[in-house]
Amino acid sequence: MKRFLLPLAAFAVLVVFLAIGLTHDPREVPSPLIGKPAPAFTLPQLHDASKNFSVADMKGQVWLLNVWASWCVSCREEHPLLVEFAKTHAVPVIGLDYKDQVADAKQWLEKLGNPYTQIAVDSDGRVGIDYGVYGVPETYVIDKQGIIRMKHTGPITPASLAQKILPLVKDLSQ
Amino acid sequence: MKRWLACLFIVLAARMAFAAEAPLLAADETVEKRLVAISEELRCLVCQNESLAGSRADLANDLRREIRKMIAEGKTDQEILDFMVARYGDFVLYRPPVKPTTWLLWGGPFLLMGGGLITLIWLLRRRRQLVATSGLSDEQRTLAASLLDKTDQ
Repeated sequence: MKRFLLPLAAFAVLVVFLAIGLTHDPREVPSPLIGKPAPAFTLPQLHDASKNFSVADMKGQVWLLNVWASWCVSCREEHPLLVEFAKTHAVPVIGLDYKDQVADAKQWLEKLGNPYTQIAVDSDGRVGIDYGVYGVPETYVIDKQGIIRMKHTGPITPASLAQKILPLVKDLSQ
Repeated sequence: MKRWLACLFIVLAARMAFAAEAPLLAADETVEKRLVAISEELRCLVCQNESLAGSRADLANDLRREIRKMIAEGKTDQEILDFMVARYGDFVLYRPPVKPTTWLLWGGPFLLMGGGLITLIWLLRRRRQLVATSGLSDEQRTLAASLLDKTDQ
């Protein structure tokens, strides 16, 4: 009986490691941009292409950058929550319309509501690359100095909003 | 069985159809070769088990376009890899750099092999000791010999 103890213990350790591994999301890749200045960009706005949105405009306030697209199914999933959140006017939410058609994006917002303070159009996805976007929707929390403090990959859930994003925003706003 | 073979055939045929589509996107062959060499070192983040060279994801297309542009600008391979790491982290590299957070990743297999070897040597030594100590006493030997003699008769 005793001779089985060691293999059994080794097996138990393996099971624990695998169990921990199962709780991790392989899609969640740690972003190297956290703690770094938000990459600067100036892009035309969705509703008025003659006007630009620039990261520099946001200096001095905490804001969220939400990368979305009308073709993105998960964006539709998080959208109602974002609309609700925008109503609280906690922080400005800037949309980055990622690799999208302007007409589709406008129609999408008309139908589902527009939570964004401003929307920048990244039609070729070049700004998305600078932000390390690999799966829309993605949300960045950017502080008053223009430093990226957090990145959330995938749709925002009520839990991630209440437990991660809002406390951080509150902290940074002080 | 036949049905399985048919399935297999369909799957393989579909794959071949995909393979035939890969478009050559740069006119210059040397640029394309460098692009392939660099992008084989990089992971596609959308479909994480594919390299950037082999992925058909939209983002992979965009990133290949960026790499092509950087090659045209005369950037070195290292500069291009740094560009990718700055945006997507070490995770994009199939061969991540050796640093404290990746020591276990690089050293783990050798640790496991070392542990296995030590256990093996220990087990073999213990077995040898067991064999040495559990030898027969002189008394038992004579008894065994007499028994063998008996059967030989």
